[in-house]
Amino acid sequence: MADVLLQIEGIHKRFGGLHALNSVGLTINKGEIYGLIGPNGAGKTTLFNVLTGLYQPDEGTFTFNGTNLFRAKPHKVVETGIARTFQNIRLFAEMSALENVMVGRHIRTRAGALGAVLRDPRTRAEEQAIREKAWELLDYVGITDVAEERARNLSYGHQRRLEIARALATDPLLLALDEPAAGMNPRETDDLKALMSKIRDGGVTILLIEHDVKLMMDLCDRIAVLDYGKKIAEGVPEVVRKDPKVIEAYLGAAHA
Amino acid sequence: MDTFLQQILNGLVLGSIYALIALGYTMVYGIMGLINFAHGEVVMVGAMVTISVISGLTHFGVNLPGPVLLLIGVAVAIPSCMLLGFVIERVAYRPLRGAQRLAPLITAIGLSIVLQQLAILIWGRNYIPFPPVLDHDVVTIFGASITTLQIFIIVMCFAIMVGLLVMVERTRLGRAMRATSQNPSVAGLMGVNVNTIISATFVIGSALGAIAGVMVATNYDQAHYYMGFMIGLKAFTAAVLGGIGNLGGAVAGGILLGIIESLGAGYIGSLTGGFLGSNYQDIFAFMVLILVLIFRPSGLLGEKMADRA
Amino acid sequence: MSMTLDTNKKIGIFLVCAIILAVLPFAVGSVLGNAWVRIIDFALLYVMLALGLNIVVGFAGLLDLGFIAFYAVGAYAYALLSSPHFSIHLPFYITIPLGALFAAFFGVLLGTPVLRLKGDYLAIVTLGFGEIIRIFMNNLNAPVNITNGPQGINLIDPIKVGGVSLGSTIEFAGLSFRSVYLYYYLFLVLTVGVVIMASRLQHSRIGRAWVALREDDIAAAAMGINIRNIKLLAFGLGALSGGVAGGLFSSFQGFVSPESFGLLESIMILAMIVLGGMGHIPGVILGAVMLTIVPEVLRSVIGPLQMNTLGRMVIDPENARMLLFGLALVVMMLVRPEGMWPSKRRKAEFRHAKENAAQKG
Repeated sequence: MADVLLQIEGIHKRFGGLHALNSVGLTINKGEIYGLIGPNGAGKTTLFNVLTGLYQPDEGTFTFNGTNLFRAKPHKVVETGIARTFQNIRLFAEMSALENVMVGRHIRTRAGALGAVLRDPRTRAEEQAIREKAWELLDYVGITDVAEERARNLSYGHQRRLEIARALATDPLLLALDEPAAGMNPRETDDLKALMSKIRDGGVTILLIEHDVKLMMDLCDRIAVLDYGKKIAEGVPEVVRKDPKVIEAYLGAAHA
Repeated sequence: MDTFLQQILNGLVLGSIYALIALGYTMVYGIMGLINFAHGEVVMVGAMVTISVISGLTHFGVNLPGPVLLLIGVAVAIPSCMLLGFVIERVAYRPLRGAQRLAPLITAIGLSIVLQQLAILIWGRNYIPFPPVLDHDVVTIFGASITTLQIFIIVMCFAIMVGLLVMVERTRLGRAMRATSQNPSVAGLMGVNVNTIISATFVIGSALGAIAGVMVATNYDQAHYYMGFMIGLKAFTAAVLGGIGNLGGAVAGGILLGIIESLGAGYIGSLTGGFLGSNYQDIFAFMVLILVLIFRPSGLLGEKMADRA
Repeated sequence: MSMTLDTNKKIGIFLVCAIILAVLPFAVGSVLGNAWVRIIDFALLYVMLALGLNIVVGFAGLLDLGFIAFYAVGAYAYALLSSPHFSIHLPFYITIPLGALFAAFFGVLLGTPVLRLKGDYLAIVTLGFGEIIRIFMNNLNAPVNITNGPQGINLIDPIKVGGVSLGSTIEFAGLSFRSVYLYYYLFLVLTVGVVIMASRLQHSRIGRAWVALREDDIAAAAMGINIRNIKLLAFGLGALSGGVAGGLFSSFQGFVSPESFGLLESIMILAMIVLGGMGHIPGVILGAVMLTIVPEVLRSVIGPLQMNTLGRMVIDPENARMLLFGLALVVMMLVRPEGMWPSKRRKAEFRHAKENAAQKG
């Protein structure tokens, strides 16, 4: 039995009349790459937002690494060890790549307003450490050459990598990636795959949403399938791929 | 009991004027998603122009009954304000459409200042009395008194508001306005000339503002270059209270705010044991505004607006 | 090599600035008269205020149209604790920090309920708060006389440093330091302090969090920034600077009344930031100095100019000044929305906003 990192049960989320998540439960183990797939509008991103504290679920339980995160604020979620990227890349556009990653260190550093004004040795040392860590992470994702560029001016692939570096700066136990390969060409996708494997080998568990089913099958240890806000399947890729409910959800009832 | 009824009546008069102005804010917000900070000044100009026209006519010895003079004054004020609204949109908002939110806010504040200063140039810094051409007959209802003029104000406000609602629901222009407010780019693709619609919205809102300005001036028997600021702010509060972007909401919010304010001013003394007096009347609107935005930012009749707020 | 050149150059610029600032009151006083030294004193007060508001608006991106309220709180705190009104005469090193803390407390208090609001809504609610405070100042003279109502509070103590009142003239080293000169040096020292505070905040972990909040609050939250705390910190620190400036104003002026704290003052301070270059400290300083000095120049020019050219007063100078101010706001936003001296980052933000607008339009 592997170590459980994240566990949710019976999560419900409603928007007005829309039941976006209907009693969803899943368990993510330490060290795995866990995939989340489903047709458009199945509730993947909603679930993502619930898991990262941007949405407050209506019902259910949510435990992460032994901490109860039900209806926790985003910063609390990040502090406990979940970091994320966004489907439609949300970098701080006018900040440099380096500064973006430095913002990611916020939660793991302490200096307050008084320290900032006094610039005492401790604050300066911390600032130095933030900068070094940020460089290290840019190097880790392979984009040190654009460190001083504004995030807005980076290429799409670099922006995706920068967002991952920024998320890694929060020292996460779980890295949640929302469609990181969207819009990438095959070479970029391969590079991304390598990066994700490297991150996982470095001890960070990964939760992944992706449309590219082949990529998911290659990369993920386990996969959950959402449809109409419900989890319809979960398991290792080979099993999920052959699950009739999954095939029906993807191809429609006519093909089942 | 008399105080209560009296304050309700006062509130109704005040509230129907707020409602009329609130419609201007809410229409513009509905279509463009911005607060037209210069709307209060349109109201002021409406009042000032009317007073000038009536004074001018009586000065040159035109001997007509009061209501006719008033009508002529309003007939000049409305197109003046419509033109002003058109110019405001062209100068302050159109060039900045889609820009950072701060820029249109600052231009609107700048325009407000310009309009106030122009008003000082033309009409001076002092309070201008409304020409004594109207009768102020008092009617007593269950011990509370109201003037015929105030009854007229209430009736007119409601007539205009019903007219506007019918226009928005039934006419081609109204349909185009609703389409634009829902999605400007789609409305544009469907052949709606979005620029024309936005101009029309400003112009119609300004016409309502002009009428409201005249009503304020007749009700208080005076006008002032700075009158637009406070009444504009309160009408905006009314629009938020009712749910900004929602026409019915603006009407309901206006009436409600008028009544809250009158009752508040009437009872604050006894509620605070005499510590606070009716000179605190103005804080009620702000309190309402703050409370609504905190607890129900979508307003009473508004739908989900959390993103915009 | 280029490093040392740069450093030398910097030291040179610094020294030149320091010398100019040190002799400025004497130069201005002897050429233009002491009334202009007084105006420069006010310019320094406005620099402090504008830098305070800049923390809220420029750094954190929170629109605030009621900032003058914190200036008022600082000013009234000093006035009530150092005047015959309550016969309390506490020294400035107690009243000014106390007033600043009180203002910061108000900043947090008013900031808390508006945490969820953004943009125009935030602007109008803060405007409402500012007006509420002014209404209270105007009316809290009965039944218990706290603020003395519209008449305001008079005979406020000048600041005394080591037994020397800044309200008097001091002879030193053969030079005669008038009150406006003495206050100039005090304000200058404090302004430099505020500049250092603002600049260090900007380039810190806190400053980065503010930029992140301003650029994308959802991403900022997802990066672990506690949005509530970081916003309240901005409101509190901004109000703190406003409170300090308020206390200084009170002692300098010797008189406070609600009239000094109207909406127009809030607009003026916001305009200093926006016209100067939001978020950019040198720009904000430039904006504050310009918007203090230019109206005064106009005041002394418009009247005589009309008399000389037209032979009579066509437009009242006060009126003309405000008219030009309003026009300047409109024209500036249309022509150069990023301000006179923007930071590179801001300039880019405005340029991209414009591009987006062009694409949509």
